Amino acid sequence: MDIHEYQAKDILSGYGVKIAEGGLAYSPEDAVQRAREIGGHVWAVKAQIHSGARGKAGGIKICKTHDEVEAAADYLLGKRLVTHQTGPAGKVCSRLYIEAGTDIAQELYFCFLVDRGSERIVMVGSAQGGMEIEELAVNNPEAITKIYIEPAVGLRDYQAREMAFALGLDAEILSHAVKTIKGCYQALRALDVNMLEINPLVVTKSGELMALDAKMGFDDNALFRQQKISELRDKTQEDPREMAAADRGLSYVGLDGDIGCMINGAGLAMATMDMIKLAGGEPANFLDVGGGASAERTEKAFRLVLADKGVKAMLVNIFAGINRCDWIAEGVVQAVRKIDMKVPLIVRLSGTNVEEGRRIIAESGLPIITAETLAEAAEKAVQARNEVVASEAAQEI
Amino acid sequence: MAIFIDETTRIIVQGFTGKIGSFHAQDMINYGSNVVGGITPGKGGQTHLGLPVFNTVKEAISLVGAEASIIFVPPAFAADSIMEAADAGIKYCVAITDGIPTQDMMTVKNFLRRFPEEERMLLTGPNCAGTISPGRAMLGIMPGHIYRPGNVGIVGRSGTLGYEAADQMKRLGIGISTSVGIGGDPINGSSHRDILEKFEQDTETKVILMIGEIGGPQEVEAGLFAKEHMSKPVVAYIAGLTAPEGRRMGHAGAIISSAGEGAAEKVAMLRELGVVICPTPAAMGATVASVLARI
Repeated sequence: MDIHEYQAKDILSGYGVKIAEGGLAYSPEDAVQRAREIGGHVWAVKAQIHSGARGKAGGIKICKTHDEVEAAADYLLGKRLVTHQTGPAGKVCSRLYIEAGTDIAQELYFCFLVDRGSERIVMVGSAQGGMEIEELAVNNPEAITKIYIEPAVGLRDYQAREMAFALGLDAEILSHAVKTIKGCYQALRALDVNMLEINPLVVTKSGELMALDAKMGFDDNALFRQQKISELRDKTQEDPREMAAADRGLSYVGLDGDIGCMINGAGLAMATMDMIKLAGGEPANFLDVGGGASAERTEKAFRLVLADKGVKAMLVNIFAGINRCDWIAEGVVQAVRKIDMKVPLIVRLSGTNVEEGRRIIAESGLPIITAETLAEAAEKAVQARNEVVASEAAQEI
Repeated sequence: MAIFIDETTRIIVQGFTGKIGSFHAQDMINYGSNVVGGITPGKGGQTHLGLPVFNTVKEAISLVGAEASIIFVPPAFAADSIMEAADAGIKYCVAITDGIPTQDMMTVKNFLRRFPEEERMLLTGPNCAGTISPGRAMLGIMPGHIYRPGNVGIVGRSGTLGYEAADQMKRLGIGISTSVGIGGDPINGSSHRDILEKFEQDTETKVILMIGEIGGPQEVEAGLFAKEHMSKPVVAYIAGLTAPEGRRMGHAGAIISSAGEGAAEKVAMLRELGVVICPTPAAMGATVASVLARI
């Protein structure tokens, strides 16, 4: 789960990380009010969306008058911002963070993340801040310092000092740097954070170390013990179909293709999507219905897949283990009878009681296309999709 | 030979008396696994499925000589159960539980590393379907009947995709020595590489099928290991060709978060390392068959 910059800053300031004075605004009037409260002569009006690289997407405006703050807020609120992290659909900005302008002397990159290779937390820093770390890793990997943390003893002071020196910080702010770095680590461990990124971490002209941006991602598996963090979820930042799926206990990811999928198991789902692509089609979604796949769940999954109006054909691929193909087949037949399906349906069942399952589908009298193998299922789905597209084109003429 | 388990392995079930634990314990017994009891703290002394229930893993080891365990404990308590098994002296543990926090798994891995290697419990999972040595023993939740005994080792992250592979092989008359699920989490007990090492040492296994997916560095590390340390051929399929960057595809670990973690990139690297790549997921069985025919 991701949270907004202002939420991350609020958390981090509680762990001793210095941040600029700021406030939240939901309207241009709010924004001006916040600017007044903050005082000074320069403000940053920052779109709150769940993505990095907001600056490049025009989501951060530096303003020198209250009128400019108002205009920037008016421009950003309700705007859909597209970054490489949001995907082409972008994310709508419905909250702004108004922050006091900062005189920057030095911009640094700093983050903590779970490193899967070493199975440890790794601290990553670079004196070349402001840039994206991926770019830096390609163009100038020597400029990146990585320090791995032994989980049993945690982050040690000497490691924080090593990082501070690698970031090129002056000796005068060393103790504050150590406090900042350790504070971030404590937040990460206490709150089940998977990724904490401060880009940029800045040294101000008055010599203070400050988090100018902050991004935090939390471990979904740990939310059961992070009640306060769960409450920070902003559903407007998430794909509504994925949210609806999650509420129904299904795992769904919307994609750009037009062959809808319902599969049990994440690996088989990915493999089936691969097979669709190799057969010349494009999957409309990833959907894992899980092991249970009861009739009720199957119907919910069908509705979810078909809610995507771009879907031209739907492929069901179930490998019944503990489950049984006859139960799955009953569920599919029930779902198709309840839902007025407009697109061709291809079903491939395998595993326990497969003959019985196939018989139920065959005897249902429904226009369900069946397939025995994974390859056959994908080919039939692509063929059915192509026929739908061709007949639509013929109707338009 | 098979790896990890056979018909003699004395198995206990942690989370024995719960609904899921009971169901799968019975299924394992039916398959012929040597289940000798289970653990449910506070229910020690009772009998469940005709077998003794113990309060602690230590008790199960001293009273019935438990060697392997399978964990059905809910996510919030699963890491603790894994560490209990390791500390008590269980040799091999499968964690089925899906949803264990990443930092808990970090603690588990660190805990395991404190034991000298010869005394260290082997862990596979969490978030996996378990391990099966067909015809001998099943320590998992898979449908046992789809696996035919033989000499191909399978290691994979996914449950149902592993079933698909076993099924394709069965249709071609190919059998399996052991199939090991390592699970879909970002930090897991054993890596692809760890399991390849076991298969390399197993006299019965002739070819290994590795079923990987997007996310993390494990498949490529396994490929490097195969190139440098293995005499047996490794066949691989990597799922997730169509997965977009930065999106989690069901499994907690199935996410492309940095360079080299996509399916196409992994495939290219594995191919360079001499791993035989399955051209499609429908060709896992056929690819293994062609490799078997060459040896």
